[in-house]
Amino acid sequence: MSERIPVTELTDGFRDRAEVALADGQLRTNFRTAMDSLMKKRADAFPDEEEREGLRELGNRIKARALSRLPDLLEQLEAKLTDNGVKVHWAETTEQANEIVHGIIQARQGSQVVKGKSMVSEEMEMNDYLAERGVECLESDMGEYIVQLDGEKPSHIIMPAIHKNRSQVSKLFHDKLGVEETDDVNELIQIGRRTLRRKFMEADVGVSGVNFAIAETGTLLLVENEGNGRMSTTAPPVHIAVTGIEKVVENLRDVVPLLSLLTRSALGQPITTYVNMISGPRKADELDGPEEVHLVLLDNGRSGAFADAQMRQTLNCIRCGACMNHCPVYTRVGGHTYGEVYPGPIGKIITPHMVGLHQVPDHPSASSLCGACGDVCPVKIPIPELLQRLRQENVKSPAEGAKVKDGGAKYSRKERLVWRFWRTLNSSPVLYRLFLWGATRFRKLTPKNVGPWTENHTAPVPAKRSLHDLAREHLARNGGQ
Amino acid sequence: MSELFYDAAPNATRVAPERPGPRQYPAKPREVVLFGTCVVDLFFPEAGLDAIRLLEREGIRVHFPEGQSCCGQPAWTSGYATEARVVARAQLAILDAGMPVVVPSGSCAGMFRQHYRELFAEEPDTLERVASLAERTFELTEFLLNVCQVEWHDLGEPTRIALHTSCSARREMNTHLHARELLGKLAKVERVDHHHESECCGFGGTFSVRMPEVSGAMVKDKTESLVTSGADEMVTADGGCLMNINGSLDKQQQAFRGRHLASFLWERVSGEGKA
Ligand code: SF4
Repeated sequence: MSERIPVTELTDGFRDRAEVALADGQLRTNFRTAMDSLMKKRADAFPDEEEREGLRELGNRIKARALSRLPDLLEQLEAKLTDNGVKVHWAETTEQANEIVHGIIQARQGSQVVKGKSMVSEEMEMNDYLAERGVECLESDMGEYIVQLDGEKPSHIIMPAIHKNRSQVSKLFHDKLGVEETDDVNELIQIGRRTLRRKFMEADVGVSGVNFAIAETGTLLLVENEGNGRMSTTAPPVHIAVTGIEKVVENLRDVVPLLSLLTRSALGQPITTYVNMISGPRKADELDGPEEVHLVLLDNGRSGAFADAQMRQTLNCIRCGACMNHCPVYTRVGGHTYGEVYPGPIGKIITPHMVGLHQVPDHPSASSLCGACGDVCPVKIPIPELLQRLRQENVKSPAEGAKVKDGGAKYSRKERLVWRFWRTLNSSPVLYRLFLWGATRFRKLTPKNVGPWTENHTAPVPAKRSLHDLAREHLARNGGQ
Repeated sequence: MSELFYDAAPNATRVAPERPGPRQYPAKPREVVLFGTCVVDLFFPEAGLDAIRLLEREGIRVHFPEGQSCCGQPAWTSGYATEARVVARAQLAILDAGMPVVVPSGSCAGMFRQHYRELFAEEPDTLERVASLAERTFELTEFLLNVCQVEWHDLGEPTRIALHTSCSARREMNTHLHARELLGKLAKVERVDHHHESECCGFGGTFSVRMPEVSGAMVKDKTESLVTSGADEMVTADGGCLMNINGSLDKQQQAFRGRHLASFLWERVSGEGKA
């Protein structure tokens, strides 16, 4: 229909940041190239469609089953880990989680932390929290190290520095570390490594994330490719793992298909270089490993998502990043445009539970609902369907009572009135035909400027005669209805 | 099944709704209803008429209920479910008669087949009617290909075309390959590939006006790959994409254009429109 759709004023800055990103040619090229290659890698990793679909189905069921017993599994996990000598901590908010981590560091009088890549620690803004308290927290994953060096946030959940190309990294190293500029990727990695190696030996505490927490055995499983994760979890005397409560699965058998889905969806790898399975601190007769292991289980809005049968599916996510890699919006604007820790399609459906929909009112609309994300998600999260739901929650009036945290942020009386008008028009054949008649008859009067649409298009001009008219005439001639 | 593929389902609470798989097609019916869609109705009425002609050519009597308007999608994808439901209910009443419903647009067909279920999830009685409509709904290309099993003689001049497949055809209807097969039946039509063919053109209904910057970047990339594909023109089975792509080409003052697949097909098989 051609009536204008008013856009509410309330915004989270997504559009402004998008405009900046879209104007940055280098950034757009970096993302297009990277995403094209990742899409190809994933496709190559799943050559057999039947196997892929069977595996996705299984992944979905494993996660749904685990979530259906979430409280039980978390208790079991805690009991098992405690038996294994791991200390388990619970945090409802990121503030609490940070306090816990800081408390553990203080108890050891630590001042230096090395961190393996962990999105939950980003969620907690742990680096800043610790820095304010005199603890240096160094990222040891190469991508994370690069963004940290540049004072940025990750722009992708698997590849934090994907927005930079090699010459940008070279320049950054030159500026910050005082080394010679080089175009050789290997040399760049070696530069980073030399800096980090020393830090592993000096650190008091190592922090990591968790990919799967296995309730049956009390095992923390962590995948990575660079070995930095293994260093962070074994070299320092204390290891603190931080994770969201949704990462728990029932048993070791569950992990096998999930792991295969994760690595193949993320980087097209059959398996990662390192698969770390941590089940406790160093034992008396062992030569290495940390003396203390802690697990911090973070809620941060997850139990809110859990309580809603439809939104619960959000917690299926195994953080593979495939939805970003395949999202035409993410590909064009990059991760920083989202302004939140989790960008792309998964960010749009998980962030509202963490920070409230009113903080990210534009996110659910920043999608053409093309469906690419849902198609590739290894655990079959129906992302478009959930975006759709969030759009509904977004425009609910206060009286309608939104069910997702701080919903109703985009409620606008004016917009509601336009849709009411649209509804009346399209549910009344008489009015609709009157509208067709007017629009075709006065087509010459169609405005040249129809708001945002005409930024990228010329205004559509109604045809001389509507299909209603043409069909009636044609069918009458042909003896139809 | 290997050891790994054990049944993981016993306590699962909710499993994601299935995207449509292959479907069983009925024998060719004697009568169908054409649901024109609001975009075709107002902006591409010839395409709707050509769809009717293509169906009639197969010996089918076509009905066009006058009461039809819009499937409800614009409000639905904007978050206005209540408003969408009222409009959807009006269409349901019109399309209740039990005849197959043919839709010259993947996204509106997808609305009937997929989203009415979500829209009426809390109304068991309506859901039965929704299931019946979903069962009877066919996107034009799948209907021509699988129900009519058309065989055509190509009366047009040799031409090179680029095919744009819509996201809804691909992901909601599983009909994106049908147009390809139909075009394959035309001896003098060569289909050329273009970059990122499966990627969204950026329309997304109200997305194009809510996020004009991002949507604009998407449609510009799309038009660029179409223009540089070496094709004479673009065809698509979706009115929304067509409006988006042609509107952008026009704004860029490009000569290249797209048109609705129904019009292209009708021209080829009827010999009409030849210079
Ligand atoms: S939502 Fe799905 S595709 Fe996206 S990161 Fe999570 S598991 Fe991967």
